[in-house]
Amino acid sequence: MSKVFIGMPPLPAFGSGNLNLTEPFPRAAARELGNQQLRSNLRHATHTIRDKRLKVVAELPDWEELRDAGSAIKESVMADLPALLERFEANFTARGGKVHWARDAAEANAIITELVRATGAQEVVKVKSMATQEIGLNEHLETEGIAAFETDLAELIVQLGHDKPSHILVPAIHKNRTQVRDIFLAEMPGVDPDLTNDPAMLAGAARSYLRSKFLTARVAISGANFGIADSGTLAVVESEGNGRMCLTLPETLITVMGIEKLLPTFADLEVFMALLPRSSTGERMNPYTSLWTGVTAGDGPQDVHLVLLDNGRSAALADEMGRSALHCIRCSACMNVCPVYERTGGHAYGSTYPGPIGAILSPLMTGIEAEENNSLPYASSLCGACFDACPVKINIPEILVHLRGKDVDSRRGRMKPPSQMDLLMKGAQWAFSSGTHLGLLEKGLPLGRLAAGRSKKIKHLPGLAARWTDSRDIPAPPPASFRDWWAKEHVPEAPITQQGGEA
Amino acid sequence: MRIALFATCIVDAMYPQTAQATVRILERLGHEIIFPAGQACCGQMHINSGYLDEAKPVVENHARAFGADDYDVAVAPSGSCVASVKHQHPMIARRYGDAGLEERTTAIGARTYELSQLLTDVLGITDAAAQLGSHYPHQVTYHSSCHGMRLLKLEDRQLDLLRSVGGIEVTELPEADQCCGFGGTFALKNAEVSSAMLADKVRNIESTGAGLCAGGDASCLLHIGGGLSRSGSPATTLHLARILASTMQDPAPAPESLRSGARA
Ligand code: SF4
Repeated sequence: MSKVFIGMPPLPAFGSGNLNLTEPFPRAAARELGNQQLRSNLRHATHTIRDKRLKVVAELPDWEELRDAGSAIKESVMADLPALLERFEANFTARGGKVHWARDAAEANAIITELVRATGAQEVVKVKSMATQEIGLNEHLETEGIAAFETDLAELIVQLGHDKPSHILVPAIHKNRTQVRDIFLAEMPGVDPDLTNDPAMLAGAARSYLRSKFLTARVAISGANFGIADSGTLAVVESEGNGRMCLTLPETLITVMGIEKLLPTFADLEVFMALLPRSSTGERMNPYTSLWTGVTAGDGPQDVHLVLLDNGRSAALADEMGRSALHCIRCSACMNVCPVYERTGGHAYGSTYPGPIGAILSPLMTGIEAEENNSLPYASSLCGACFDACPVKINIPEILVHLRGKDVDSRRGRMKPPSQMDLLMKGAQWAFSSGTHLGLLEKGLPLGRLAAGRSKKIKHLPGLAARWTDSRDIPAPPPASFRDWWAKEHVPEAPITQQGGEA
Repeated sequence: MRIALFATCIVDAMYPQTAQATVRILERLGHEIIFPAGQACCGQMHINSGYLDEAKPVVENHARAFGADDYDVAVAPSGSCVASVKHQHPMIARRYGDAGLEERTTAIGARTYELSQLLTDVLGITDAAAQLGSHYPHQVTYHSSCHGMRLLKLEDRQLDLLRSVGGIEVTELPEADQCCGFGGTFALKNAEVSSAMLADKVRNIESTGAGLCAGGDASCLLHIGGGLSRSGSPATTLHLARILASTMQDPAPAPESLRSGARA
């Protein structure tokens, strides 16, 4: 049993649920890479959204200023989060809503189950929600005998296909039309057996299936894109209108929202409504934005709940360098431009949050020391495309490097036997921290030429370096380094400066 | 001007001709080049791999080697190394609470330039053929390299210089802004993904029909060149500095495909 010191604040709890890798990223990635269908679907989809986004972003002369404004608002929210949460709770409650606080996935699931039970309903309809994915709500409800129906088209495809979302905006991005038709034919009750892969026909099939759900469901569960502290208002931004049906038709509405989604005032929403649709779907404005503030007598759900979810967010907030990952508005722009995501797809990241943001958010929320997620910060070539695309300017490459540093340090602390990588880095530290050392090492260059042989190429190296030579040659090294050439041949009147501190 | 050359570890050990070309270009313009002998590496491999404790002595070494006031500006033929000197060195100093080192690294960063940046912004080179005598009568394509493009915001500096070389034909590379998949130890840690990225880069280079891919970052060129070579492609890579240094009298090597007669 661990001791509790009275008067010491507890460390923030790490998150649980669908945030953890079950196998190291490189292994999962290598497997997904072999899926040609997935790769061509992904390539097509991400490149299409990429181009659309660039076009609509270029229309705004003040895009950079908007990004700065978004980033500044989020920073102020993080600095003032406890007060904003309390303000939100007071206003939401005053308008007839009920607020519940959940520390982790298990608490959130238990609260929601209780709320559904209290209505006596056996079925709930759902608006697409990252937070409920994160806590594994559907699976939990199923074990409790409650059926949850996803109403977002892509989310429905994933659910009917007994699959997991692989993209936060386009959860079924890894499926093509024909695959969708096959899923509908096999799994959708009452579907037209002559269904083709025509998009209009597919949408029609989903529409008639969902319509019956909307009209009979008494309970809806939603996520929220924003919560406005000053008025206690919640907002859902969507494209299909299914969200609006869920938010207005049922008697009971339960919303699950991460604590970081707050905005101080209504006016702040303006900035994000310009940033979000352009960054996510490449549209100037999304088709449906629903806002609700507590209960309106005789109109819409009369029983309105909000579950405020921590699940590792305060742990992320406690990381000074990593905290800005919580600025994320889940637009998915970073994954659409990421060369790694493009080739592996979302499943390789193991978490509800894939792509560049997932590579930092999941370890921040679960703790890099926990080992499950410590391969995620390395799932990037640090090309920087994500940072360029992010509408709230999260410096993802910098946070990746920060988390790599934490990972290396935490393994150091555990005194594990040094890995090949550790030894390589130690050796390189010796070589790279002195010109004399590097110069000595370079005296060995002719040996490399010997290894390269007649072809002047090195085609196979042992150990860790084999990971390189598996698919790339190394040219034969030169007979002498530049340093040597300079010392011997360069015009002597150009003085070589004497540097102090050489070992 | 007195210009300190930071050759970078890869260029120093693997591509000395790129550093020699850098020296030649700048000397041709009448500048005096010095080579601070204590230099070794910028440390980005350590930093980007999370080995920050190991990176610290490397950063300190660079600050010692380039800390003297005996030069006006420093130059490196590599965008990623310059980005590391400018952004990562002060970050490491801050991390270890070393205010003195932070001040020194910030000052060094402020006067360190990537080659095309120095040529364009400081030395006013807009026409390589006229101002440098650059001549390279071959078809080339060009890969922009992520760190130069995104961290240093080099924009079209390298490409514009390349286009102004005498006799050259520059063919646009499809998806030029896409990462080649090198990423330092990323190529080892996530070798399969890195190779898949490289395969696309190789395919795009081949589609241009150019026998040569030019670029400003030796590490990316090592990676891309290794991929081209492994796939049996006639195309190779060559650093921008060598093309700029190439003249009628002293030409840089022609693309392999031309030399071997593989292409007419
Ligand atoms: S990190 Fe930025 S780009 Fe990526 S999903 Fe979040 S807000 Fe969008």
